[in-house]
Amino acid sequence: MATIVPTSRPKRRQVSLAEVLIERAIQVTGVSGVLLVILILVFLIREGVPAFFQVPISSLLMTRWYPIEDYYGLLPLIAGSLIVTGGAAIISLPLGIATAIFIAEIVPDWAREILKPLVEVLAGIPSVVIGFMGMLVITPLFRTVLDIPTGLTAFTGMVLLAWMVLPTVVSVVEDVLDTVPRTYRDAGLALGLTHWQTISRIVLPAGKSGILTAFMLGIGRAIGETMTVMMVTGNAPRIPRGPLDIFLPIRTMTATIAAEMGEVAQGSAHYHVLFAVGLALFVITFVVNLAAAAVVFRSTQRAERMLS
Amino acid sequence: MVFGLVLAWMSGCSTGTDTATTTGSATTIQNKGSDTIVNLALAWAERYQEIRPDVTIAVTGGGSGTGIASLINGTVTIANASRSIKEEEIQSARTNGIDPVEFVVARDAIAVIVHPSNPVDHLTLQQISDIYRGKLTNWQELGGEDRPIVRLSRETNSGTHVYFLETVVRLGRKDNNTLFSPDTLLLPSSEGIGAEVRQNPNAIGYDGLGYVTDDMKTIAVGLTAEGPFWLPSIETVNSGDYPVARDLYMYTAGEPTGIVSEYLDWIHQAEAQAIVQELGFVPIQE
Repeated sequence: MATIVPTSRPKRRQVSLAEVLIERAIQVTGVSGVLLVILILVFLIREGVPAFFQVPISSLLMTRWYPIEDYYGLLPLIAGSLIVTGGAAIISLPLGIATAIFIAEIVPDWAREILKPLVEVLAGIPSVVIGFMGMLVITPLFRTVLDIPTGLTAFTGMVLLAWMVLPTVVSVVEDVLDTVPRTYRDAGLALGLTHWQTISRIVLPAGKSGILTAFMLGIGRAIGETMTVMMVTGNAPRIPRGPLDIFLPIRTMTATIAAEMGEVAQGSAHYHVLFAVGLALFVITFVVNLAAAAVVFRSTQRAERMLS
Repeated sequence: MVFGLVLAWMSGCSTGTDTATTTGSATTIQNKGSDTIVNLALAWAERYQEIRPDVTIAVTGGGSGTGIASLINGTVTIANASRSIKEEEIQSARTNGIDPVEFVVARDAIAVIVHPSNPVDHLTLQQISDIYRGKLTNWQELGGEDRPIVRLSRETNSGTHVYFLETVVRLGRKDNNTLFSPDTLLLPSSEGIGAEVRQNPNAIGYDGLGYVTDDMKTIAVGLTAEGPFWLPSIETVNSGDYPVARDLYMYTAGEPTGIVSEYLDWIHQAEAQAIVQELGFVPIQE
């Protein structure tokens, strides 16, 4: 008896110490996450804002990007990023949502156990490998099949980016559909809805906010992707003049930063302009996130009103 | 051997910004810059380390500008460049208390390359300039098939890009402000240009002679439409005929001393210049 008391005391203390440590660790990671984002923003502003003083705004709004001769028009780069990202989103979202519905709602359990990990493996392919495949396989294929001057085009970038975004969209949407309670589906079927009506009228609307999150994550991944687009979009900083120009080369903001940052002299106008490009990227992703969050917030509010 | 170089590079890193470090009996030379020269510099470094096992030479690429920037920041011993140092780079080096010294280590011809099936086999400098500034857009205008011209170029951080702009696109005229057509594809690597030229009959590209392989077609370049036209080779470069050839440089911070000076002397000797020829560059004749 006497031996038990002293051993149990330090044990209790150890547990509480571990608990305190874990609590602190979680606190530190939480705070550092926020802090890091703020520091990145501060750094981007500090290095990027001087560009607006060194280079007049009017020349930043020009249509020519040729930094070694002091042409700093950002428009072709912004247009390039938006087109490639938008195209990737248009291709990958319907495909991704359809795949997720298929995996979550339609196939039997055993097939689901195979398909889900397969999709996740797809997410693990490094972007440089996808870019390399694109350069050697997809590019010649698109050039001959579509009969265009070169396969290094915005469209090639969109398709490859969509391929990279797809696993993110599929797994997020699939997880969301999983969390929709089984009783919802049962209620739908009990009311005489068909399988498809249950999916499209009950399950999908119930998972709407999650689908928006998938959309957001997908766009975030697509706009920030560098290696693949640098390898397959041709990197020609031209302004698109019509919808068919997606079959011509384009240059994105990320590829520009990646290709040129290694070369610039620190503190030069070119250096600051590249950071300004980074800042613009940051602002675009921030606005996308904010817009998505606002939509999610509004829809939850409405759901709460309907329930009350 | 590559593994050894990686090791050398890592040990070089651990020594920090001190560029030519002597730890015990081993000396490390940090060598960085032009992607055009990187294979040549690697081959030299490998051979020299066999001769002098007490020396490790760490070679990295990144582009001429990157190498010179590192020299200015004091992080490399020798910077490789496929273009001569710019006036403003000399200025910023001086403000850092560094006086760059130039060595010509080899010569290089820029080959203009097309798909093997392209019937066009010779062009004048003026025609190549017109292609790259966007004035000529169809191979038909040059006696080829009715195909659009797809212009390929290296990225703007490449010394080859700058050299091609000045010598070919601007025809060597200082007052000429012509730029590459905005439609020009800027590819991040020699491999990118090679891959596209090999498979796309519309493409025209340029790259160092050392990167030209048998599965692409080299264009003979002339000064006038009547000819003569020259294909890039050691003979036409050394005779001064081939018009798109340039010197390749190494830069050191101040006059080199000790092992760095010995290494640069060795590079200028026959053994090292034989490696130059093996790799498809043009040896310097003194």
